[in-house]
Amino acid sequence: MSRLVDWLDRRTGLQHLLREALGEAIPGGARLAYVFGSGLLLVFLSQVITGVFLALYYVPSADHAHVTVAYMVKEVASGSFLRSLHAYGSSAMIIVVLLHVAQTLIYGSYKGAREILWMAGCVLFALVLGMAFTGYLLPWDQKAYFATAVGTNILGEVPLIGEWLQRLVRGGADMGTLTVSRFFVAHVFLIPGAIFAFVGLHVFLFRKAGPAGPPSVEAGRQRTELFYPRQLLMDVGFAVTIMVCLGAIAWMWPAELGPEANPADTRFLPRPEWYYVPVFQWLKYWKGSSAVVGIVIIPAIVAVFFVGLPFFDRSPERAPSKRPVTVGAFVAVLLSLALLGVLSVVEDRRDPAIAEQLAAQREVDRQFTAEPFEPEESPASLKTAKAALADPATARGKAIYEAQSCDACHGDAGQGTPGASALIGLAAKYPADELQRVLKIPTQEMTDGGMMPVDISDDDLRVLVAYVNALR
Amino acid sequence: MSAERRRFLGALPFLGALLAVGTSSVGALLAVPLARFAMYPLRRKPGEVAWSDIGPTTDLTPLAAPVKMLVEIEQRDGWRKMISTKPVYVTRTAEGRLRVLSAVCPHLGCSVAWNDSRRQFSCPCHVGVFAEDGALVSGPPPRGMDELDSTVEDGRLKVRYQYFRQLVTTREIIA
Repeated sequence: MSRLVDWLDRRTGLQHLLREALGEAIPGGARLAYVFGSGLLLVFLSQVITGVFLALYYVPSADHAHVTVAYMVKEVASGSFLRSLHAYGSSAMIIVVLLHVAQTLIYGSYKGAREILWMAGCVLFALVLGMAFTGYLLPWDQKAYFATAVGTNILGEVPLIGEWLQRLVRGGADMGTLTVSRFFVAHVFLIPGAIFAFVGLHVFLFRKAGPAGPPSVEAGRQRTELFYPRQLLMDVGFAVTIMVCLGAIAWMWPAELGPEANPADTRFLPRPEWYYVPVFQWLKYWKGSSAVVGIVIIPAIVAVFFVGLPFFDRSPERAPSKRPVTVGAFVAVLLSLALLGVLSVVEDRRDPAIAEQLAAQREVDRQFTAEPFEPEESPASLKTAKAALADPATARGKAIYEAQSCDACHGDAGQGTPGASALIGLAAKYPADELQRVLKIPTQEMTDGGMMPVDISDDDLRVLVAYVNALR
Repeated sequence: MSAERRRFLGALPFLGALLAVGTSSVGALLAVPLARFAMYPLRRKPGEVAWSDIGPTTDLTPLAAPVKMLVEIEQRDGWRKMISTKPVYVTRTAEGRLRVLSAVCPHLGCSVAWNDSRRQFSCPCHVGVFAEDGALVSGPPPRGMDELDSTVEDGRLKVRYQYFRQLVTTREIIA
């Protein structure tokens, strides 16, 4: 064992790396307050793993997205559990991000040459919100469709470039199959790529600056403890606790899937996921010409103050009790968001028409989730039927095609089998009389492949060729 | 090895083992649904073939020769289904029982045709010849035509369409 470790160490410097990672000095000693960053990384890792597995069955297009999600949830083993883990994982990400931000803010850990570290964290926060927004559409059920329709409508309110931005995100004026593709690419390639890059930067800058320690600098100076073992134990303990809780919730209350999106439904009331409900409520208060203030200007001011916090709050003082403005503003924003969320729920409950419609929507979702899986009928099976019905000659041709056992090797619809090539598209290669000739007297190549001469009347042959030409 | 390093690594065994066991057991627990999910397509049993309707048995009462019928079968391809028509032959045994034969030649899978004048089945590809009851008469096929499971329900003949392994002497279901 030790020889293997030495062998590896000489080639990789593993021991050194491990010592660097685990031997980090923590001013003031290990604390439970420091567990959120690594916990977040672990939940993200779980999202990546479950996401990759979900992609085994998912198809990003408006006509297949819903059926493929229904398939993995209702038929594939453990599908409902993994999708629930992924869906609830997004909520866990938001909760742990908020805890991580709150800890950093209250401890004043963004101070002391940590401006870029803080801003990289802000970018990560935005990227996590972006993951939640783009992932929500992908199942293409009613609530996904309408929530995203509202979400992308908000983009249209941005001054000057709003309409252009909305069309860019949707892939057109309306939501459709291009929207699914765009959201899929953002959710699976662009944003995760950016998250990996910024996590790298965030962790690098964190190690460069070192842990900030407790708000009281004296307490930090008195005692220093290495990351290993107590802090590692706390970090791992927290991460395992989140995963076990997520697993238990996903197991006991699997996420529901509603019926497929129906853009023509005018009665559907869109409601976002809980973490977007405060924003949703906030937007209700801004109508008409003032909308720009509520949708763009106020959020932009809040964002500038939030991202630029290390530049505005420059005093070295870190104790929360001595930073009433910063801590107060943060608590006020959190309370306002919570209040908006509560208001939204109260308003929905108070209006009987809305409450009834929302209850009906929940019931429809519950019913659809409980229904057995209904596979999608492949258009290939319909196309041949259509071709056969369209023209009496091709209908007769199909009968001859089957009677001559052409279907045995070339497939029911001329799609080809391992035994013989496809006949679809042959019309483009051969004119009709040429096709009749090679059917009567196959070429050497055809004979070698097992093709038999077709021995039927010229009239029947003409009809057979008409059928082959009609294959699409 | 420096003294610091030795001390550092010395703390590893107990806690390290504890952490390793704890995290890897949680990891293993989560790996089970992942593995089940990914390997689901491997676990589909071939036995679950639906019954396809051929038609009322009254249509098949005066059965002087095997008759070719088309049955609609539903094939599942993951989350989609393909409805296709397959030819089968319906014959009657000496005792009057209805039998359904697959038209797929057990040699290389061509569709076998009934020749009414010779009262024989013949395969157009490699001239395999079968008797009226599907038994092998001559040619390269290793066995007679394959009988499909059939049943009569409420006066209608139903068949379970299946595929059989080619080029072997025994009837072996493959799908």
